[in-house]
Amino acid sequence: MADHLLEVRDLSVEFHTVAGTVKAVQNVSWHLDRGETLAILGESGSGKSVSASAVMNLIDMPPGKITSGTILLNGRDMLSMTAEERRRVNGAKIAMIFQDPLAHLNPVYTVGWQIAEMVTTHGGARAKADARALELLRRVGVPEPEVAMRKYPHQFSGGQRQRLMIAMALACKPDILIADEPTTALDVTVQAQVLELLQELQQETGMGLLLITHDLGVVAEIADRVVVMNGGCIVETGDAAAVYANPQHPYTRKLIDAAPGKGAMPEERDRSGQPLLLAQNLQKHYGGFHALKGVNLTIMPGETVAVVGESGSGKSTLARAILRLDDPDAGRVMYQGRDLMAMTPRELFGCRRDLQMVFQDPTQSLNPRMTVYQLISEAWVIHPEILPKNQWRDRVAELLVKVGLRADMAGRYPHQFSGGQRQRIAIARALAMEPKLIVCDEAVSALDVSIQAQVIELLDGLRREFGLSYLFIAHDLPVVRDFADRVIVMKAGQIVEEGSVRQIFEDPREPYTRALLAASLDPDPQVQAARRTARQEEGLIPA
Amino acid sequence: MTDTRTISEPKPKGRAAQWLAMLWADKFAFFAALFLLIAVLCAIFGPMLLGDLATKQNLRGRNAAPFDLERGWVFFLGADALGRPLLARIIVAAQNTLMVAAGAVFFSAIIGCGLGLVAGYSRKRSAQWIMRLGDVIMSFPSLLLAVIVLYMLEPSIANIVLVLAITRIPIYLRTTRAETLEVRERMFVQAAKVMGASHKRIVFRHILPVVFPTLVTIATLDFAFVMLAESSLSFLGIGIQAPDITWGLMVSQGRPYLTNAWWLSFWPGLAIILTTLSLNLLSNWLRIALDPTQRWRLEMGGRKNG
Amino acid sequence: MNSFIGKRALASAVSLVGLVILVFFLSRLTGDPTNLYLPLDATTEMRDQFRELHGFNDPLIVQFGRYVGDLLQGNFGDSIRQARPAMDVVLEAFGWTLTLAVITMSLVTAAAIVIGSLAAFKVGGVFDRIATFFSLVGASAPDFWIAIVAIVVFAVNLHWLPTSGTGSVWHWILPVAVLFIRPFGLILQVVRGSMITVLGSAYVKTARAKGVRTRPIIFVHGLRNAMLPVITVIGDQAAAILNGAVVIETIFGFPGIGKLMIDSILLRDFAVVLAAIMVSALAIFLMNLLIDIAYAILDPRIRY
Repeated sequence: MADHLLEVRDLSVEFHTVAGTVKAVQNVSWHLDRGETLAILGESGSGKSVSASAVMNLIDMPPGKITSGTILLNGRDMLSMTAEERRRVNGAKIAMIFQDPLAHLNPVYTVGWQIAEMVTTHGGARAKADARALELLRRVGVPEPEVAMRKYPHQFSGGQRQRLMIAMALACKPDILIADEPTTALDVTVQAQVLELLQELQQETGMGLLLITHDLGVVAEIADRVVVMNGGCIVETGDAAAVYANPQHPYTRKLIDAAPGKGAMPEERDRSGQPLLLAQNLQKHYGGFHALKGVNLTIMPGETVAVVGESGSGKSTLARAILRLDDPDAGRVMYQGRDLMAMTPRELFGCRRDLQMVFQDPTQSLNPRMTVYQLISEAWVIHPEILPKNQWRDRVAELLVKVGLRADMAGRYPHQFSGGQRQRIAIARALAMEPKLIVCDEAVSALDVSIQAQVIELLDGLRREFGLSYLFIAHDLPVVRDFADRVIVMKAGQIVEEGSVRQIFEDPREPYTRALLAASLDPDPQVQAARRTARQEEGLIPA
Repeated sequence: MTDTRTISEPKPKGRAAQWLAMLWADKFAFFAALFLLIAVLCAIFGPMLLGDLATKQNLRGRNAAPFDLERGWVFFLGADALGRPLLARIIVAAQNTLMVAAGAVFFSAIIGCGLGLVAGYSRKRSAQWIMRLGDVIMSFPSLLLAVIVLYMLEPSIANIVLVLAITRIPIYLRTTRAETLEVRERMFVQAAKVMGASHKRIVFRHILPVVFPTLVTIATLDFAFVMLAESSLSFLGIGIQAPDITWGLMVSQGRPYLTNAWWLSFWPGLAIILTTLSLNLLSNWLRIALDPTQRWRLEMGGRKNG
Repeated sequence: MNSFIGKRALASAVSLVGLVILVFFLSRLTGDPTNLYLPLDATTEMRDQFRELHGFNDPLIVQFGRYVGDLLQGNFGDSIRQARPAMDVVLEAFGWTLTLAVITMSLVTAAAIVIGSLAAFKVGGVFDRIATFFSLVGASAPDFWIAIVAIVVFAVNLHWLPTSGTGSVWHWILPVAVLFIRPFGLILQVVRGSMITVLGSAYVKTARAKGVRTRPIIFVHGLRNAMLPVITVIGDQAAAILNGAVVIETIFGFPGIGKLMIDSILLRDFAVVLAAIMVSALAIFLMNLLIDIAYAILDPRIRY
């Protein structure tokens, strides 16, 4: 039997944590060959990154240890190598790129130096290293490579930084590239470009690509084979298209079902009558930056309006302006016919309870030093007219059950919950106000796909139950497809296109909307392959 | 008052027991706390029990050497230039020493924190003036302040507290302001604003509790610093004046006898160093114990290493 | 950058003006120095003459006006005690203190950085425990106590080192050693803490994935990032010495600004006190500027 390029056999890793020993991965086996792309798919806590860390010898922090298994590089056992031998493999034979390139690039050294360091570390001469760095910057498509050499990581955009990471990883022409969630924090159009670059580079060099991701769409776009992980174990493995078409394990099926953008789109609603909220010509400047350039928006009672746009489009500024967290420079926001901008603090206070917000990151939006009970009941401390004090306990319990938590969790602190649970607490807090409109600012973006689906289902149910309206801010189109009534596409502080969800998805009029749709990844590898071809033919995404 | 009832209490142990277990998990901090407890007990009961003994002069026992139990246990650490037992004097002096430091820390923390919250939370011009005021206090020579206060007012313990409190205000002012500036931008403060929370509520319910642990940690460290500062002032003769005694004053009083009776200065100095060391150790422990996301280190340590 | 220095200078100037006014008036409240300088049996005439000579007879506000007028002409007044220009007295003393501060802080910085970095590399190891313990003891030690214990041991009992003065290299050893202890303990703890954070950071993980050797990871990738919070503490500690290590200077008879300050305050030598405050303030302003520049050099993200 010929040796695989990289093979992991029966790997088990344990971490020592508060709750005692956690088995991070158990008896995990996979292999990677030259020129192929293997995706390890899993949600947070599934252990999908652990085997890659074991390969890179990066698991000593927090204290973890390999309890069984072997890792074979070209048939040679890596775990029996000396530390110095392992060090020589890292970067030279196996290179790795990470999710958040800003955090993973050293902030105080120039980009050129950091790329060249890869070469000098593995024995290259300084001058040769610099030449190689320049060549790589040119190859990965960083504009003005000579200038870029002397710049620092913070001077690049998110997508450019990931290109820098890729350039650095490829400096010693490794046989294997491990990419840990390489496109997760990026805008969809940028994500498509980075994935395309990775594919091109793989074809050029013939390296094996190990891709760790939570996103079925990324798997569909790039992977040949896929390993599905859950709870530290491999539940399914096989050809990417085959696994999608015919999932064997219930978890895989659940994951595929949870992928957004497949359900029926809601019918168009009657939009006559008085709007719940009407924003007109909103303007906002931050210094010299024009964040909102005259935005208009209408939300009818019981309606969900989604605002979709990439980073810097002004969508969050819009949400903050409507709630008067950041007062806009010009424009009106009419709530039930009254201008929020012209209100006195007392009148505004009266409206506060009608307009609530759920933030992107529940870890940050919940005060870490308050219990769940305190967090939710704060609504009634501030607005005592909502509920008499003797009913607070019961109502908190009721709300917790309503958002899918247990009543006995009221005494706990936010850090004792998972990300999805925390977002449920944040929703319960918003509901405690008995609002008419909830602004969700990227409220599901930080969550795992299956959790995302559950939270959206929860929001949808609450809308039907209480007749709520939502202003739903998102960067990803498929997420809003099954949920929103209307979609507004924003770019650079302006509305590019607005329409019913059906019109936007089935008949997008503006090229930018079409580009966004084309760039968003479908979980079905076949659909994705067709899109890729179409995209290349239309030239919608310039490389 | 239904909200005093807890729906669930996952831990069977009481609050105090939980903190004690966390203290036990860090042995250094545990012994530091034990030492401080003894020091505090000395400060409270010392003057009552040993007050007379500590001031009784005994010219035959001048500069009596330590480790001699013949004269009784209070002479175990020797006697001073007037034959007064050092151990008793150290125990009695604990009261002034700790009271001065506690008073100074308390007042400077309250005032500094209050001003810091205002300076950090309001965007008004007043914030700028508060910071300038902090700069002025910071660069005002504390020795001069001590001389001014002692000359104009009595050289009493209360006035030493006043001097030290004023000089330490900027520490709390700056820390509180810096933290407030950061915390006020956090998402949960934004969330409170969306709910319509008043400024008072945002400052006291959302910002202060987050800033508070840092302040406690700093105050613990600062307690040690203030003790040292008081000792220095007393040492220079512009602090506590005899017949009141503090450890710093005792070190200073023993200085002329250094060559023939080292113990006069050594023991009170040791008392200072042990107290400040304990405070430093306790402060390190507090930093972890007061942070809900770090606390597990102690909770785990107690189980595993205890 | 220029506008940043301008703003900083303005803020410092505002504080300094406030400080000078405050010190001028408050220090006059501590009483008339006449009795401190003239013999006890001095006649009333002699006293009046002394007051007249030093202008203590005029109302305070007139004295202040005169002082400001002199200041604007670059005259900082005369020292009563030494009967020569106050600024000369102060600059002389400041020279000594500056030397002391530079020597001490260079040694402290070098030692704290090396030991702190190595301690952080293996948290909980033997080296780390020893370093942490000694840094805590150092940070807790009352310096005057250490100073007198050191004098007893090294000067009185062992006769190795002189007790006071500045005559030779030997004279500097005790003051520097005693001054070294507290800042060393404090800075070591900050270096260690900062280094632990940095070594756990994502970019250090990247460096390990690149196969970078251990030493460059600590001293190239880690140290430059870890230095940022350290510099601030170094600045604070240096400022404390520059403001006058009063107790140490007094005990070792070191003719620095701290000893000058306490002597001048006790003898109501107001012109010297004010001049000393202004020199210290300027020195600390320049040092803070230096620290800001160091920040900008170390971290390219910082732009003023």
